[in-house]
Amino acid sequence: MVKRKVKIVNRAGLHTRPAAMLVKIASKYKSQFFISKDDYRINGKSIIGVMTLAAAQGTELDLDFDGADEHTMADEICVFFERGFEET
Amino acid sequence: MKEYREFLHASDNWMKGIPAAAGLYIGNAYVYSKETIVVKEGKIKDVEEAVVAYREAIARSKKEMDKIFNLAKEKMGEQRASIFEAQLMIMEDPELLDVIEQRIRDEKAEPESIVKDEFNKYLGMMFDAEDPYMSERAMDVQDIRNRIIRNLKKERWTSTIVPGMIVVSEMLTPADTILFSRNDVKAFVTEHGGLTSHAAIIARSLNIPAVLGVSKLLETVTAETELIVDGFYGYIFVNPTESQKEFFREKISQLNKVNTALKELINLPSVTKDGVEIELQANVDVTGEFERITTSGTKGIGLYRTEQLIEELGEFPDEETQTRIYTDLSARAYPDVVTIRAFDLGGDKTRLFHPVEKNPFLGLRGIRFLLDNKDIFKGQIKAIMRSATNRNVRFMLPMVSTVKEIRETKKLMKECADELKATGVKYSGKIPFGIMIEIPSAAVLASKLAPECDFFSIGTNDLIQYLMAVDRGNDLVADLYQEFHPAVLRTLKYIIEDSKQFNISISICGEMATDTLAIPVLVGLGLKSFSVSPTVAPPIKRTIRSFTYERAEQLADECIACASEEEVLEKIAAFFEEFNIQRTRYLI
Repeated sequence: MVKRKVKIVNRAGLHTRPAAMLVKIASKYKSQFFISKDDYRINGKSIIGVMTLAAAQGTELDLDFDGADEHTMADEICVFFERGFEET
Repeated sequence: MKEYREFLHASDNWMKGIPAAAGLYIGNAYVYSKETIVVKEGKIKDVEEAVVAYREAIARSKKEMDKIFNLAKEKMGEQRASIFEAQLMIMEDPELLDVIEQRIRDEKAEPESIVKDEFNKYLGMMFDAEDPYMSERAMDVQDIRNRIIRNLKKERWTSTIVPGMIVVSEMLTPADTILFSRNDVKAFVTEHGGLTSHAAIIARSLNIPAVLGVSKLLETVTAETELIVDGFYGYIFVNPTESQKEFFREKISQLNKVNTALKELINLPSVTKDGVEIELQANVDVTGEFERITTSGTKGIGLYRTEQLIEELGEFPDEETQTRIYTDLSARAYPDVVTIRAFDLGGDKTRLFHPVEKNPFLGLRGIRFLLDNKDIFKGQIKAIMRSATNRNVRFMLPMVSTVKEIRETKKLMKECADELKATGVKYSGKIPFGIMIEIPSAAVLASKLAPECDFFSIGTNDLIQYLMAVDRGNDLVADLYQEFHPAVLRTLKYIIEDSKQFNISISICGEMATDTLAIPVLVGLGLKSFSVSPTVAPPIKRTIRSFTYERAEQLADECIACASEEEVLEKIAAFFEEFNIQRTRYLI
């Protein structure tokens, strides 16, 4: 199990487009991935869950990864958050 | 517009909305309402059969959305079609699908009721957030829920729509709009929605007239009601009289003639009879509508409203996204110029931010907002600089009222250039810099602002509103919104003279420039550059080509000396008669 903390840095927050991208990245990996905001916890591979999260800029989220590829998965997803969901 | 106003006064069977896509149509209403879904409750016997039915319903719904997604990509382009992508992903959401299937097995209940219950858990949270953005997304999710339930009922979308109808609806989802476009729909009228809603964007890109945001529409209009839709001014006429229909048939036939004449006008120069060249540029509201500019006979973009991107993309564009969009625009316009206006947020245009202001139109708008949100502003400045390497990009500020705002912006531009230099990306730090003159204080002090700028652009809508102290959306005083008031014309004259004294270029981009009646007087006041919506460019060009600059100057002098709008309009009417100018703007 890998635990990480991330902060939403882009202005618009975790809106639909980055939400869709996040789920796509997460779906490439085998590990389980959960996102928690305060007491609310959702599956990071679930688009509808991530959509309800709609974390605004500045919000801190706890991520946990569990599975065979948890380290590489955690790295890629944290970079995605750090870069403000940069679209490339 | 005067005659139109009188025409409206003479009747009471019309309703006003937002003119979202230009065009006229007379026809019958097809009232489109989504039936409220009644869900089957209760226990089931055969769990396996129910699970199979559920999986089939998901597969069918996915196939439908796939089709819509592809149709949208084809009609609207990849980027804007991506609004459908998240909807598509919901139907592949492993968590959601597994939980529903598991519940069907465990509870042995009707799949419909479980789908509804499970979706509603998320919908409840989304609606509870009371955030307009979330509510819109919730509607998208609801659309998917209803689609799956309908497929569980094995019901087809029975489309009773016959070709040639006007679609009347409470609102239109992007999926609805794109599907209707295949059924030869002639016009859209909705109770909710605005200029930048997806329905509006699609309607414009398909050249279908649309009037949106008509309140109490569905109380008034029922199936088969005859309607006139005026997508130019945003009116619909319910059960029109024969004389109203005649009035609009005449307009439609004029419009057709104008459209034919347009083809001849495209390649003709925009010059007065005595050879004075008048520049005609385009206003761009929606990025994807660039194609319409190239066919309108305009050259270059005099106003690109970037705040529309937020609506268009459904989120705030970051620096990279903006760089991509602006670069694409400048490449397509090259060698003609693109004038990018910084985000004009605030007033009624705020969506992602919720400042509570008692009087937003006198509040944190335009440049005031940007200087208060430097991270947003700097991101935009950098994106503009990065897109300006072809040297055809100009940068413009909205709502400037003081010199200080210009100087602070220039300081930020310097910072941005330095930061870009440090990162090593390609950019141009030398972009022509201009401001909108739309606040009376800026108009009065134009001679002090001019030395700080490369160009001015007059925004008449706000300028007239602030000058006359009148909200033109307020029916009680809308008559006081007078474009031809001598006070307005004198103010324009001061601005133009100040700009000439300092030798900076000046153009006009407000709605006044789209009124053919205003063209001779504006030209006479010394304006040689107009930026207008591509739709009205042909009649404007035709008007410019039918009078002399010399006489226009005299007309302007006469108008300035008038005491009221009525007197000005008389002088203009006489001028139109003298040169036998067809008043096409009034006709369409």
